[in-house]
Amino acid sequence: MTQGRKLLGHIALLVPPFGWLGVFYLGSLSVLLLSAFWQVDAMSGEIVRDWTLDNFRILFSDTTYSIIARRTTGIALLVTVTDIILAWPLAWVIARKVGPRLKLTLLVLVALPLWSSMLARIYAWRLILGHDGVLNWGLRLVGLPDQNVAFTNIALWIVFSYLWLPFMLMPMVAALERIPASLLDAAGDQGATPWQVFRTVVFPLAIPGMAAGSVFTFAVTQGDYVAPMLVGGAGSEFIGNVVYSNVGVSGNVPFAAAFSLVLLGMVAAYMLLARRFGAFDAQ
Amino acid sequence: MKAYGTLLLATCSAILTTQFSTAAHAQAPLSAIGKSEGDLNVVAWEGYADDAWVKPFEEKTGCKVHRKYVGSSDEMVALTRMGGGKGFDVVSASGDASLRLIFGKTVQPVNTALIPAFDDIMPELKAPGFNTVKDVHYGVSYEWGPNVLMWNTKDITTAPTSWSIIYDKAYAGVITVPDNPIQIADAALYLSHTKPELGITDPYELTQPQMDAVVALLKEQRALVKKYWALASDEVDLFKSGDAHVGAAWPYQANTLRAAGVPVQDTIPTEGATGWADSWMISAHAQHPNCAYLWINHVMTPKVQAQQALSFGETPANTKACAEMDALQPGSCKQYHADASPAYFSSIKFWKTPVRQCGNGQNTCLDYSAWQRAWQQVKQ
Repeated sequence: MTQGRKLLGHIALLVPPFGWLGVFYLGSLSVLLLSAFWQVDAMSGEIVRDWTLDNFRILFSDTTYSIIARRTTGIALLVTVTDIILAWPLAWVIARKVGPRLKLTLLVLVALPLWSSMLARIYAWRLILGHDGVLNWGLRLVGLPDQNVAFTNIALWIVFSYLWLPFMLMPMVAALERIPASLLDAAGDQGATPWQVFRTVVFPLAIPGMAAGSVFTFAVTQGDYVAPMLVGGAGSEFIGNVVYSNVGVSGNVPFAAAFSLVLLGMVAAYMLLARRFGAFDAQ
Repeated sequence: MKAYGTLLLATCSAILTTQFSTAAHAQAPLSAIGKSEGDLNVVAWEGYADDAWVKPFEEKTGCKVHRKYVGSSDEMVALTRMGGGKGFDVVSASGDASLRLIFGKTVQPVNTALIPAFDDIMPELKAPGFNTVKDVHYGVSYEWGPNVLMWNTKDITTAPTSWSIIYDKAYAGVITVPDNPIQIADAALYLSHTKPELGITDPYELTQPQMDAVVALLKEQRALVKKYWALASDEVDLFKSGDAHVGAAWPYQANTLRAAGVPVQDTIPTEGATGWADSWMISAHAQHPNCAYLWINHVMTPKVQAQQALSFGETPANTKACAEMDALQPGSCKQYHADASPAYFSSIKFWKTPVRQCGNGQNTCLDYSAWQRAWQQVKQ
């Protein structure tokens, strides 16, 4: 009796989240999946529900879209590598070099930007990188020539690396904290140089942290369209921008859905890869 | 448990209801303007619902105006189609959007008997092909004007007279052009002068070989473009920050920048210009039809027509606006060609939706979806 009650209780607990996911998440995903195989009438803007692979044919035959997909992935990779390099020293200091009070202070400082709107922070970068912005003002002060960074892929790289750095840092701090001090001591006792300790002990044990961070830096960059719109220039289109303009501007939802599916596949493949490196292992 | 089940059911039925209700029937045009409904949802170009004439309208009619601004015709069409057309009452559609709205059954016929100013509209714009189909009026012509070449006079001291400047490598990195497939027509107009052998007669009627040539030119231009602007305010920012020195613009941006103290100048180059002719149209599913008619009557008055013309830098459709313009700013009637409109009118290549049928009766031209794809190829 009590067993049955307990089971019922468990089911009751599971229904709301699963109901929510089922209706709103899987439901909208399946609509997306379906509409990718439809088309839109250019004049009336109505969706024509005839099954067709035309959207995918255009996606894979027109080099425009493979260029955009490669740019999206390339910048996402670059941002991930940049954030890993930037996060290492700080993560090491926070995880192993400072006392609990300073550690808390540093972690709060890292998380602080996340409390303000992402849009405001991207606009701030526009003001920094713009032609008459803070960067060029500083360069002129020290007598260096102006730089035209605003509205380029370099601006995009800088802004993305800035935006996602905290998301790389946090899992790396967690991973580095978990390395037992005894392992480092043992490596030292056996005569390993600091570089050897890093290469053979610390780095391999930090891989799950980097993999978890890269889920944010890589996957989220791939799906972004706001930063390319605001700080990107001519030739900075991301997959997200093509999706956005097809939905919000051209009203071509089926084509947007088809490209979204391709993006979904790319992100899913990356998630599987990240899982192999322990990104999702709760420890 | 049961409660959650009910909740789920309710959600599902709510979704289904909205789905079905979008298929509701379109309304017939009003036969008389009744009492104000208290609200009016406006989808308009930036600068088309200015407080200068919105505030007096609200006080006079009691219709509270809710504005949504767009930066391109495509965005306008997409926005009006959202929510089954219930999200807006009136839209200021340009000639390249209006036919899509008519054929998509997004807008309803207008009863011109309820628009006193209709008789004063210039003859060319009373029943133009872009808002009147088979003698049924779907819109009231509002204002029209040219897309201009704008430059910063501090950075570019010799006034340019040709569109060639926005394809010139000497200005790499300081050029900005609209992020809009209809921008292809600007390049086509330029090529119709510089490469007559392509045989481009109408910049909106392009065959595949002609489009290939235009796309090639625009791809070369991409390397020189700092940023493609999506909203007029984007371009204003680019000129303010000094990131752009020259670009394709509307007179509105030039007026806004001059008011902000940025030294810009604008001109119609020797090749001529593309342009827009806008109409106010009423949603087929308008929730506030009385306010919609009251709005159209308000903005068609000579006074508002003149205010709009001066603030945006365009020409009013109402022929009686000339005196009001001169009263607001002496000489402006002549400056914006509101007095001698027919000749000037025919010199502008107005935006229209590209279709498969070319003007010469052949079906070899590219339709608008092909233009949208071509524009994506240009931007990459």
